[in-house]
Amino acid sequence: MAGALSLPVLVVAASLLLPVEPTWGGFLQVVLPRYVRNTVWLLVGVGVGTLVVGVGTAWLVSAYQFPGRRICEAALLLPLAVPAYLLAYTYADLLQYAGPVQSALRAWWGWQRGYFFPEIRSLGGAVFVLTFVLYPYVYLLSRAAFLEQSSTVWEVSRTLGHGPWSTFLRVALPVARPGIVAGLSLAGMEVLADFGTVKYFELDTFATGIYLVWFSFGSPVGAAKLAAWLMGFVLAVVALERLSRGRRRYHRPPGPQRTTRPPRLGGTRAAAAAAACLAPPLLGFGVPGAYLAWMAWVAGDPLWGSPFLRLAGNTFALASAAAGAAVVVSAVVAYGLRLRPTPVMRFAARVVSLGYAVPGVVVAVGVLVPFGWLDNFVDGLFRRWWGISTGLVLTGTVFALVYAYLVRFLAAALSAIEAGLSRIGPTLEGAARTLGHGPTSVLLRVHAPLMRGSVFTAALLVFADALKELPATLVLRPFNFDTLAVRVYQLASDERLAQASTAGLCIVAVGLLPVLLLDRAVHRSRLEDAGTGWGRPSVARPIDRTVKLRLA
Amino acid sequence: MRGPSAALLVVLSLSVVLLPLPGRPPAAAQQPRQVNLYNGRHYDTDEAIYREFTRRTGVRVNLVQGDADQLIERIRAEGANSPADVLVTVDAGRLYRAQQLGLCQRVDSPVLNSRIPAHLRDPQGYWFGFTKRFRVLAYSRARVSRAALSTYEDLASPRWRGKVLVRSSSHVYNQSLVGALLAWHGEAFVARWARGVVANFARPPQGGDLDQLRGIAAGEGDVALVNHYYYLRLLNSPSPADRSVAQQVGLFFPNQGVEDRGVHVNLSGACVVSTSRNREAAVAFLEFLSSDFAQEVFAKGNFEFPAVRGVTNPMAAVAPANLKEDTLNAATYAANGAKALQIMVASGWR
Repeated sequence: MAGALSLPVLVVAASLLLPVEPTWGGFLQVVLPRYVRNTVWLLVGVGVGTLVVGVGTAWLVSAYQFPGRRICEAALLLPLAVPAYLLAYTYADLLQYAGPVQSALRAWWGWQRGYFFPEIRSLGGAVFVLTFVLYPYVYLLSRAAFLEQSSTVWEVSRTLGHGPWSTFLRVALPVARPGIVAGLSLAGMEVLADFGTVKYFELDTFATGIYLVWFSFGSPVGAAKLAAWLMGFVLAVVALERLSRGRRRYHRPPGPQRTTRPPRLGGTRAAAAAAACLAPPLLGFGVPGAYLAWMAWVAGDPLWGSPFLRLAGNTFALASAAAGAAVVVSAVVAYGLRLRPTPVMRFAARVVSLGYAVPGVVVAVGVLVPFGWLDNFVDGLFRRWWGISTGLVLTGTVFALVYAYLVRFLAAALSAIEAGLSRIGPTLEGAARTLGHGPTSVLLRVHAPLMRGSVFTAALLVFADALKELPATLVLRPFNFDTLAVRVYQLASDERLAQASTAGLCIVAVGLLPVLLLDRAVHRSRLEDAGTGWGRPSVARPIDRTVKLRLA
Repeated sequence: MRGPSAALLVVLSLSVVLLPLPGRPPAAAQQPRQVNLYNGRHYDTDEAIYREFTRRTGVRVNLVQGDADQLIERIRAEGANSPADVLVTVDAGRLYRAQQLGLCQRVDSPVLNSRIPAHLRDPQGYWFGFTKRFRVLAYSRARVSRAALSTYEDLASPRWRGKVLVRSSSHVYNQSLVGALLAWHGEAFVARWARGVVANFARPPQGGDLDQLRGIAAGEGDVALVNHYYYLRLLNSPSPADRSVAQQVGLFFPNQGVEDRGVHVNLSGACVVSTSRNREAAVAFLEFLSSDFAQEVFAKGNFEFPAVRGVTNPMAAVAPANLKEDTLNAATYAANGAKALQIMVASGWR
């Protein structure tokens, strides 16, 4: 299973064995350092940004009570519903020289050309946009990690003389590390895979380099080679993190935990906390959402009406299929890993997750090439033996598209499900097996009900991702089959941003549904805390069976 | 593991079956009355052309719209069984690339050969242009006198220091224009020219052609290189803000001098895919694109100029009466595209 899903990744990796074509090889040597530099700065910038915003807000809503906290908890997730490219379009439009903000400033102050205003189409601009669209990953997973910690531990730390900052830095943060790292790595991989934002900002990164080599120099092999280097980089970073974690293990202590009410903030501190938690969703959701709505109102899509129902229907069906398939596949992979954690299985599980860092178009072609080959191979066999042509059975169908989504987004589902599985003690399983149930039966009748929460989270994450997906959809979809994201592309590629806003707004609206459900799931799990312990998208590893909490 | 795998298969196949499957048109043998388009053009107005074609011929038009480069890769991966019959693009560069990859087949149609001017189609009949898109100069009516404008070559002159607005060199419209300059002047000249233009940039290249026009209106720069229909779109926009931009901007068709070659012409065109199983319908579709009906839709819908002479064009007045067009064959400048890109990037034109 994992093998089948790593196929596109392996196809890409296999390109390394092919010779370099001279046409772009020399050219690349000139520009590659710049691409690498930009990519690294982008990663560092967004990493620091999402870390500060995501962990900071997660800590505030987990460890303190203040007016509006419940609203903040939900609002902080909202940017998950916004595709990064939409955020890039709106902020570029708002903040460029000819845009409304600068025009108003010029009119107001009578400024002449040459004044200082930060350029939105820049590295800094891309860091800004990607930070505020990706921080929810860090927020979501670190909040789950904080919720999982018993607040009594924090109280112990306070009684031992540590202040709130010290408690946060020396107790809560180190224990939450796996969750934070999981969130950061999802965000980081999204940064590497991002093409829409950096292209729109004319920022040369590894992803745009892949496009350049492929489409301007016509070398798919060269593009695949670059993508393979990208994946190697991700593998190296993941390995480094594992290495630095060393032999530390992160498990929650057994048995029910009594959670005390978090301390209540008052006065200016409460106001500051609320403001700090509302600013990120305002920047990542409120401002762009309002601007899109305004554009849609003034000069929206002329096709608005029944065609949009079809687009929304297609989008919804595709995203649901992808979410359902992702849950099943990750359950099988995670369970297989638990039953037989052989090195091969473990490696396959890591390789499958790599798809998250690969630009959608590269995944699409990684899917097209083997599928096209297989289709034509089968077709050839049928022709030779029975004289009938099967044509293309897989390529150009919804199946190929869902498969591509799986390859691209499985990492998100897998991490949630692995975490859920890891919290179920092996004794439970042993008991069921002793009672005569096979592995499948145990998975379906024991684990599945216990992991409902994680399964739900996994499905919602993939759903939200698939909803926004554009590049793979564009290449792989069947005839006469468009989605909302495709509609945005059709209009935006023709520089009709105002008209594209209507479809963009619809994506955001449809995307709100899973985001609100996600919030409810996490919230419920908090209320039921100390009970069964399921329902939290934490990312502790199922490697160590000894249950031990060790502070760093 | 057999159990879960089986369950997975059931769920996967269910989710696929449950999805609306407008998808794959069945193989040609059973249903010859259709033509499958891989379409790089995304104009809603083109729908009228497809509907009319179906009405007249009974042939259904199936569409996948997308980025032409990626559609080309899809045809390559699908190989001999690709369902694509026609590849449509918005520039000659991509058609040339498809032809080089062996994805286009020759079409010898008397209709196309007589209606489409020779410089707008491949000399060997591999692909055909159906609309003309002029890459022209846009200028600020307030700050630039029309008399100061002359040629593309002049954009490198120091008089435009800090005043030139243009989009990135990664865009094929710029590659085609510079490809044409390469054909006329050679590499050394173009390298010098590109450096001159880069020195004249009002800002690092960014945005699309519309952004250059808005930049002029906002005072960020004085002259810009744009495709003509973007200006016409602003001029005819329902939004007052757009129309106000258009009113502050003038359009200038360069290289119109007595001895000069004329304005650079790019094209939107199509080819019949080499593995097409509906060749007849595909050729009929291409011929229909050259009909008066389709040509008028192109001109009205997106303000492109019809490739066919004598077709009514409501926007003709925007160009000078005896407009001189560069008749360099599109295949020539398209072939120079990659070289042009290298020169531009080397000169700092990002």
